[in-house]
Amino acid sequence: MKILENHRLIWSRLMVGFCGLSTLLISGLLLLVLGYITLHGLPGANLNFFTRLPAPVGMEGGGLAQAVAGSFILIGLACLIGIPWGIGAGIFLSEVGKDSWWGEGVRFAVDVLSGVPSIITGIFVYSILVVKLQSFSALAGGVALGIIMVPLVARNTEGILQLVPQGLREAALALGLPFWKVILKIILPTAARGIGIGVTLAVAGVAGETAPLFFTSLSNNYWSLGLLEPIASLPMEIFRYATAPFAAWHELAWTGALVLITIVVSGMLLARILLPGYNFRR
Amino acid sequence: MLNSCKLKIAGLQAWYDSRQVLKGFGMEIRANKITAVIGPSGCGKSTFIRCLNRMHEIVPGARVSGSVLLDEQDIYRANPVEIRRRIGMVFQAPNVFPAMSVFENIAAGLSLNGLRNKQKLREVVEKSLAQVGLLEEIGSFIHLPATGLSSGQLQRVCIARALAVQPEVILMDEPCSALDPIASFHIEELLSELKQQYTIVIVTHNMQQAARISDYTVFLSQGDLIEYGSTPTVFINPRDRRTESYITGRSA
Repeated sequence: MKILENHRLIWSRLMVGFCGLSTLLISGLLLLVLGYITLHGLPGANLNFFTRLPAPVGMEGGGLAQAVAGSFILIGLACLIGIPWGIGAGIFLSEVGKDSWWGEGVRFAVDVLSGVPSIITGIFVYSILVVKLQSFSALAGGVALGIIMVPLVARNTEGILQLVPQGLREAALALGLPFWKVILKIILPTAARGIGIGVTLAVAGVAGETAPLFFTSLSNNYWSLGLLEPIASLPMEIFRYATAPFAAWHELAWTGALVLITIVVSGMLLARILLPGYNFRR
Repeated sequence: MLNSCKLKIAGLQAWYDSRQVLKGFGMEIRANKITAVIGPSGCGKSTFIRCLNRMHEIVPGARVSGSVLLDEQDIYRANPVEIRRRIGMVFQAPNVFPAMSVFENIAAGLSLNGLRNKQKLREVVEKSLAQVGLLEEIGSFIHLPATGLSSGQLQRVCIARALAVQPEVILMDEPCSALDPIASFHIEELLSELKQQYTIVIVTHNMQQAARISDYTVFLSQGDLIEYGSTPTVFINPRDRRTESYITGRSA
């Protein structure tokens, strides 16, 4: 008996130690990435970065104002498409089509869609929008990112809605509320926090997407907010500036990376602070 | 009015997919009385009362046949949403809406159905809270989320929420089974008062509770109605041997 007890105790400690080590490793990795980017990007993070356009090679004091604005526009467009469509699909999967063959079909489609490499989505939007409009455009970029967001938002919304106890649906139905009001006024507000946090994760996912933008929004060295013109974005500029042979451009790319990660992280934090309600987590 | 029939049930059968849960029986439920539904686990008690306000059918694969007349109207030929406003339900677990305050919870049935008049809503909420004896107890917390209350208080909030819609019948599915004896006692007292205005059908596992509070008792076993009569008769002089063994705890 004694030996068996010791054996279990040792295993237990080993496993706890292993879990602790994994935690340390993953948080260490996050700190390492953040620290490295901050170290390289912070020196260039001044007012010029946010207010100026890129300076010609050899000149001081350029910024990436057009890319910061462009990223916000692209993400905004993506949200306009991805949030309502994704949440709608999530509600359908969880509440309406749960056990039907049609629901199974939609679930399969969402799974396939989330598995499509983003560059394929880029090519698709290129062929339906860029070719038709005969120009790279912010619109095309936003559509591509929006399509990428849909499955992410849909699956998360479905998962969160599944965590809302069935008893709440029954309680609401038993009050004589029509089904759509039960979903809209009782179930969605209860799940709002989880759905909102899921949306910020999806935004974080597409904010750094670069591949589809090569085919859609391309890039722009000038200040341009027109939806039908090519638009700059932080990931595209990071790619261009980081691969160029000039030290000053490298610094701009590092700062771009820092700004991008700051936008994403602050969006996630804001959602966690501001969204009311329950912490339903998957 | 005396002993008039509120719900007339005939040939009621219910299924989950191919499994038949109610085998087909009829009965009349009296107005302004408390009718207790007892029987061993799995005998179809919950299914039975869920058939009385069309909650059975929300489960995928569930089916019902037969008729249930509310006064003279067949509920299976009416709009289920309207039927559920006239026949309310209280569940086993206190399922308050966590995203809402106590006030909003109780007002939900009315406000979400389009009642906008703040004054009127306030009146209804206060009246319902008073009916369940919570107005004094939690009056000042009424605009806070309901989640901070004890489970007994939560269950009374749920009853108040059902009352606020002003139903004619209230169905209760083991409303005290998650509560301690004192909270259960509060609810039992409450039911005796509520029957002045409402017809109450209550599922319970607790024989003493059924004997204490109900006027009529229904004994179900394996989806069949075994015995239905006034509570003293069923408990003291049951006609069927199965009823007697169940009540005395000799067998299921």
